[in-house]
Formats: sequence, structure tokens, C-alpha cells
Amino acid sequence: KWYMQFDDDEKQKLIEEVHAVVTVRDAKHTNFVEFRNFKIIYRRYAGLYFCICVDVTDNNLAYLEGIHNFVEVLNEYFHNVCELDLVFNFYKVYTVVDEMFLAGEIRETSQTKVLKQLLMLQSLE
Amino acid sequence: MRGLAVFISDIRNCKSKEAEIKRINKELANIRSKFKGDKALDGYSKKKYVCKLLFIFLLGHDIDFGHMEAVNLLSSNKYTEKQIGYLFISVLVNSNSDLISLINNAIKNDLSSRNPTFMNLALHCIANVGSREMAEAFAAEVPRILVAGDTMDSVKQSAALCLLRLNTTSPDLVPMGEWTARVVHLLNDQHLGVVTAATSLITTLAQKSPEDFKTSVSLAVARLSRIVSSASTDLQDYTYYFVAAPWLSVKLLRLLQCYPPPEDGAIRGRLTECLETILNKAQEPPKSKKVQHSNAKNAVLFEAISLIIHHDSEPTLLVRACNQLGQFLQHRETNLRYLALESMCTLASSEFSHEAVKTHIETVINALKSERDVSVRQRAVDLLYAMCDRSNAKQIVAEMLSYLETADYSIREEIVLKVAILAEKYAVDYTWYVDTILNLIRFAGDYVSDEVWYRVIQIVINRDEVQGYAAKTVFEALQAPACHENLVKVGGYILGEFGNLIAGDSRSSPLIQFDLLHSKFHLCSVPTRALLLSAYIKFINLFPEVKGTIQEVLRSDSQLRNADVELQQRAVEYLRLSCIASTDILATVLEEMPPFPERESSILAKLKKKKGPGNLHPDLDENRKERSVNGGTVAASPTPSTDLLGLGSTIATQNSAPPVSKGTSLLVDVFSENIIPDMRCLPLAPFPSRFVCKNNGVLYENQLLQIGLKSEFRQNLGRMYVFFGNKTSTQFMNFAASVFILCIPADPTVDGGAQLQQILNIECVSDFVDAPVLNIQFRYGGTLQNIAVKLPITLNKFFQPTEMTSQDFFQRWKQLGAPQQEVQKIFKAKNSMDTEVTKAKIMGFGAALLDGVDPNPSNFVGAGVIHTKTTQVGCLLRLEPNTQAQMYRLTLRTSRDTVSQRLCDLLSEQF
Repeated sequence: KWYMQFDDDEKQKLIEEVHAVVTVRDAKHTNFVEFRNFKIIYRRYAGLYFCICVDVTDNNLAYLEGIHNFVEVLNEYFHNVCELDLVFNFYKVYTVVDEMFLAGEIRETSQTKVLKQLLMLQSLE
Repeated sequence: MRGLAVFISDIRNCKSKEAEIKRINKELANIRSKFKGDKALDGYSKKKYVCKLLFIFLLGHDIDFGHMEAVNLLSSNKYTEKQIGYLFISVLVNSNSDLISLINNAIKNDLSSRNPTFMNLALHCIANVGSREMAEAFAAEVPRILVAGDTMDSVKQSAALCLLRLNTTSPDLVPMGEWTARVVHLLNDQHLGVVTAATSLITTLAQKSPEDFKTSVSLAVARLSRIVSSASTDLQDYTYYFVAAPWLSVKLLRLLQCYPPPEDGAIRGRLTECLETILNKAQEPPKSKKVQHSNAKNAVLFEAISLIIHHDSEPTLLVRACNQLGQFLQHRETNLRYLALESMCTLASSEFSHEAVKTHIETVINALKSERDVSVRQRAVDLLYAMCDRSNAKQIVAEMLSYLETADYSIREEIVLKVAILAEKYAVDYTWYVDTILNLIRFAGDYVSDEVWYRVIQIVINRDEVQGYAAKTVFEALQAPACHENLVKVGGYILGEFGNLIAGDSRSSPLIQFDLLHSKFHLCSVPTRALLLSAYIKFINLFPEVKGTIQEVLRSDSQLRNADVELQQRAVEYLRLSCIASTDILATVLEEMPPFPERESSILAKLKKKKGPGNLHPDLDENRKERSVNGGTVAASPTPSTDLLGLGSTIATQNSAPPVSKGTSLLVDVFSENIIPDMRCLPLAPFPSRFVCKNNGVLYENQLLQIGLKSEFRQNLGRMYVFFGNKTSTQFMNFAASVFILCIPADPTVDGGAQLQQILNIECVSDFVDAPVLNIQFRYGGTLQNIAVKLPITLNKFFQPTEMTSQDFFQRWKQLGAPQQEVQKIFKAKNSMDTEVTKAKIMGFGAALLDGVDPNPSNFVGAGVIHTKTTQVGCLLRLEPNTQAQMYRLTLRTSRDTVSQRLCDLLSEQF
């Protein structure tokens, strides 16, 4: 999900670079890594990494828990979420992201409120 | 959408890339025919196909149709159809102007629909795309929705952040107005989600115009106070693992960092109370063992500490913050240790907490030695640097020096600069300073930049009391069998000036001093040799008894007929000077150097530059301290650089300093339009292959023009000085030089016989094959001249040599054993197979030459790291000469196949 303007080639390059710097790190490392003029906060769930790229002055732990909060919502919404849920329902995942993060900022943090909204939207299908 | 699920599982079941592409092409053909077909598609089918297109796009394939169908979905009355339409538009932003007006029209309808779900979809779309066209269309509408009394809470949240996005991308289009005052009052909103979103918006706006939003301070303090004093269950939905509204607290604390401490005593007292409560909570036993609990709690704590440091006005809070961070330094969580080091670094700069920070020195030193994550060690170095003062400088410098021996290559240069700065700043006796710098050269000579050794010489020359000691110490250091070239430079300079101070000792008599220096001569590069020649002539003045010996050396063919013009000229002139000048004249000409004017250390400027503008630590502390020590700071100017080649090297011009006569400056205005030569018709001159292993020399020459180069490279950066010499007696007009599309602003005229200099800054973004092309165009007499030459910027220029033991070498060699990582070439020798020449070439190529690694002594092995902006590629090489057959076998192993291939091609051309 992109909150800044990049062309497609640049996006592809960024994805590869982030992959390269994050996946080489082990459990003894921090969950933070400097990246260009920003930093990446990431958290690993089994084989899946969730990464957020933020300004260097941003609060590391707040975003680290922001990731977890998001994952707990996914888990609740998809009933024990697994990677396949995210692939097959990619268009719904975008909705969850927009409910919780918008314009690169945290929009809503209450799991109850987000889930209520998501169920309401689900009922509109 | 069953069709979509089937398609996705088909793709997942594809066994190969080819099969996947085949399946996708089949699907694209199917969708295209459906869209083009006579039968009108219903909303559901349209949604399904658009969603499939989106999936294909996300897999990395180009999508060039379907936009119209997606736009159609926007006007559907069904949420799911509308949602897919908006998603497609948001992900595949297309600035196709016909569609933009249709999209904006649909958004407009949804914004005025009074249906909160549709309004949110529209606002999210604006926030995600954030284009100028959208800002133009909606910059007035969004604030209205945000502050309208009847807007639903969730819509307010979206509107606030939507406005934030428009304000960041097109600030000029977002008008401030009567809505600003009402936005501030959103901090009082009952719905914490609205407050969360609004706080981000207000923070962004307050950073731009603090005056307009300063009423937000009291509201933010009140809100924060209510949150931190609430019981953990009060906030229900917004309590996260027993922590009350952690994200909102963090945001409020960040908003307060836009302002100084509140002037109103009551507000200030209330804020101090909040901060104390947050610090107190850190000491309470945790309400949960879960990491989520401690992370959320500490997120708020770290932000509170940032605010305390920002205010820098409450000594008790500062010291308490420092003690808290001190506890974290020993925490078992790496994250906390890292953040504590980072945060303490800023605390060290406050006069109130500097002493408290210093008490943790042992822990920080321990971190430097034991942390496994290099970024944590880096923070430890930063903190040691920040906490250093006169009382602990010796300890800190000693620890940094010993760490330097094992430090990661990526941070060595920075540590060298920091040690050099600290040693100078806190030197009580300068003998310690001299020892420290010599140790720097010993442990990390390659990372000691010119600024560092210039500086030690400036200081020795300016301080009488240390000169004798310096001479003695460099003399002793030079006796080591292998010393770094930087040591030879310092030694040559200092003995040339002050060798007389130790000449009384028979163990360092003039002749012994000279022999020692001269024993290093043949191992050194041209600039060092030039420096040594100057030291020799200084010796002739200092010690008449060695005059004969030195004259003999100067007279030898290797000096008087040296191929290098500079060396030859020095030898000839110095020899002549020593023969004809009287002792008096010699003494005057070769007098001791006068003291250098006192000025700010150039090393400091370099460190600031190195850390760059977007640096993690804004180094406020540095500015603050330096101001008092040196009475002024030099701002580092960030080098402008543009990625314009796309093939790996970035070249930007910094400045051009045309040493042409001033009279021509009027012409600048007349001819300043840049001429971009048409490259297609130019004969392209390759650069001479010797430039692969050399950095300086003549790049190109014809009857009119000579182009000379001097270049230097460090890690992924380089700088190239290009000299254009006019060999004729006539002026060149309309002179323009360009690298690809970039024109170098140069003086458009070059006088007959004059020289024009330009500087190119080079950055290696990723590995590359093609060298950038330098195009030159000028008018000589009546005809237009075009010249194009390739610049000798090759991948190996970004090599950093790596020393390693035989065991390490073979271990890594085995690790790089995959077939694509190795490239081998067997080729016939083009030149004579001289061992010394081969060694020099491998070193000139940039790799470290490893002795005693290969069991066969006639083989050569080397190692190094190629630095690009994004990655570092470790490289190992092995060259096996077969003198009987006059053949070589060259093997390259690196972690990247393209790098192996390129290095092998480059190096094999050299023998």
C-alpha cells in the first residue's frame, strides 16, 4: 500500500529492497531497520512479514503495536487468518487497511469499532 | 465471487512462470472479449472482471484496459461494486484526463450523497490518490464535511486524514479559513477515533503554521490528562492490553512537541503531572506479561521522554527519564536497548541530564562489545560520542579505538571521524592526541580520510610543545615492517619539519631517518612520493651532512626521468636548488612552516556532511556544544544528486569553478542556453583500459582539446574532476559538456591555452555495466566540434578492500559456490607476466591482495566489497598465472551473478 507517489518500476525496486533488508534479520535483531531516509518497522508472523515504512522521528513501538493491532483485526475478521485468506480476499484486506490506516496515519485503533464497521460493510454484499 | 477464487487458485497451481503467463493471457483475452462484446454486462460481472484485472496487476503485469469499466462501477448503487471500482482507481492511478473528470464527478456525487458508507469510499479514494487534480476539485469540500455538525463520526475521521493528505501533496490549494478554529475543537470530541485522526491533522498543520493552532496545546494537555489518569478499563474500546489509548497518547505528545512548554502555569502544571504519571507507571509491576502490553506502555513512555527532552526545562523530569532509560539499557529486549540508546543520545546534550547519562558509560561500552545487531552497536557509538567530555574522553576514545579493529566496514569511516574529533576536542596534552591519531591510522588506515591526517599536521605545526614528541612517535611507528601509506604521509611531513628535534639521538640520526623514509618510497603512490621528495629537500636544509646522499637519490634515473611529470619536476628542481642555493637561501626557502590559521576542524564539517540532512539524530547537541567550543559551525551542504542514468551511476554537478579570465563572464548570459549534442552521430571514444585500475590521467586528446581526469572513490560515492584544456591559441566558443541528458553548467568559453575544471559527483545506485558518456560540444573558429567519450566509471571503482585470513577466505569461497555466482575466464596474457605489476593491478582494481592464502604462492587471491547505494556485494577473486603457456585463469565469486560477470570482464582485460 503506497502513501507516496512512485512509478511502477520504483515500487517494484522498493519492494525488493525492503524484502532484502528485512528477511536477513533474525530474532536477536531489533524490529526496526533504517531504510533510505526512513525506517522500516516490521513484525514477523510465521512466514509472513508485516512492514511499515515511517519517518525516522516516528515512534517505533507505536507502529510495532499498530501492526499487531491490525493483525488481530484480520484474525478476528477472517476467523483465524492465514496467508491464503489474504490472497483470496485481497480486495477486502484493502478495506481493512483503509479503516485502520489512512493517508499514512493511524485512523482508528479500536478493534471493536473496526470490526463493527467491517461487519456492517459485509452485510451490504 | 466464485470466478475470481477459481482464477486465483489456477494461478497458484501454475507450476512455472510460463504457465502462469499463459493462464493470465488467456484470462486477459477472455475479459477483453467480454468488455467488447455486444451483450451489456451486469454489475456483478463487471465487478468480477475488474477485480481479476486488479489481481493480475498486483502480480506485476501491465494492465492497459478496463479503466472505463472501473469508472462505470463507481456510479453503481451497490456497495461491493462501488468498492471494487474505487479500489481499482486507487491502485492503478491513471492521469488520463478524460477519466479524471469522470472519476471526480463520481466522487462528487458520493460526497454529497449523505450516505456515510459512500462518503467514506470517496474520501478514502481522495486520500489514497492525493493527486493535484483531486486537490483542485475537493480542497474546499473536504473541510466543510469535516466540520459540519451533522457529519457521522467515521466520516469525520476519513475527512480529517483526507485533508491531511491534500495538505501534504498540494498545500497551496488547501485554504485556511474559519474551519481551522473548529478543527482544533475536534480534540474535545467524544469519539476517540475522531480525536485520533484529528490529532494527526492538527499536528501537520501546526508544524506549518504554529501560531494558528496554538490553542490546541491546552486542549491536548486536557485530553492527555484525562487518558493517563483514567483507570485501565475506562476507555473500553480504546484500551489495548491494559494501556489506555496508547496511539492517541503518542499522537498528543507529538503534537505538544510542536510547541515550547505552555506559558500558562496551570496548564504547565497539569502537563508535568501527566509526564510524571507516565514515568511512574513505568515503575509499576506490569499488568500483563504480554509483549503487547509493555510495547504499548513504552511507546507512550518514549514519546513522553521525547517531549521532556524537547522542553529541556525540568531538571527532575530529565534525570528521571535518564534513569528510566538506564534500566532499559540492560533489558533483555533488543528493541528496548536500541531505543534507550537512541533516546539517551539526545538526553546527553541537555545540561541538566548530561551528568546522569554519563553514569551509564560502562553499560554502553559493554553494548558496543556484545550487541549482535550492528544497528544497536551504531547507536552505542553515537551515544558514547554524545556523552563524551573532558572527564571521560580518554576512556571513550580508547574503547572506540579498540572497537574499530572489529567494527563493521559500513560504520568504520564514521567512527574514525568521531575519534579524531573527540581526541582533538578533549585533548589536554597533545601527546595523547598524536598517539590517538597514529593508532587510528594503524587500525583503520584505509578509513582515515585526508581531512584527518591534514588536521594532525596542522595541530602539530601550531603547537611547539608536541613537535618533538610527534617526531619521535612517527619515527618509531614507521619502523613497523608494514605501515599504512597515510602513516608515511604524516611521517614524511613531520620528520621533514621537525626531524631535527630527535636527530641528537644516535638511534634516530639524520641518515637513519632518511633511510627509514626512503625505504617506504617505492611502495607509495605518486602523491605520497611527491610529499616525500619535499621532505628530502627539507632534510637537506635541516641536516647538511646527508645532502650528498639525498642528492644522489634525486639524481638517479628513477627520479630525474620519472614518467610522472610532477615527480620529475620536483626531483629536477630540488636537486638544482640544493646545488646552487647558498645555505642562507636554502634556510629561507625551506623554513619551517608557519602556523596555520585557527579554524573549525574540517573533520567536523565532514562528519556533518556524512550524516546528511535526513539523519536520525538531528545532532542538536552537536550544534549546541560546538557553538561554545569553536564559536561557529559550518553548515553541511547536501550534495544535489539526481538519478538520471537509470543504469546505476548517478551524476550530478556540484559546482564548476572555471579558472578562466574574468573578462569573459559577460558572455555567460549571452550563451547560457545549454546545447545538447545529438549523440547518435558521434563517434564514441572508449576510455583507455588502464583507467580500470587507475583513477587519474589523460582521458582524451586530439589536436584541439585535452581532457584530464582526477577521481576518488569511497564506498558507493565518487568524485571526478574533469579538466578541459584548450591546446590552441584561439578561444573556444559555446563550450558545453554534458553527461547524457544533464548539462553541466560550465563557462561557455575557454580561452586559448586555458583550462576549465568541472566536478562530477558520482553515486553508484546499483551494479552496472555501461559507463556514462561525456559529450562535449564547442565552436572552434567557424566549425562546431562534437566529442563523446566514455567516462572511466566502472563497477570496480566502488570496491572497498577486505583483509581476511586464509580460513575465512576459503569458508566464504565455499559459501559462494552456486554456479551462477562464479564466473571464470581463461585467457592469453597480453603483457609480460610480471608478479609486481600484477599485484599493483589487482590492488589498483580495488581488491585487497591476500598473501599466504593460496597454497600455491604464484597464484593471487583478493577480496573486497562492492558498495552500491542499496546493497553491498562481497567479492572474492583468484588469478592463476601459467607462465609456460602464457595464460591466466581468472575466477570471480560474488553474491550477485551480474557483478561476478562484470568484474571478471573488467579485470581480465588488464593482463
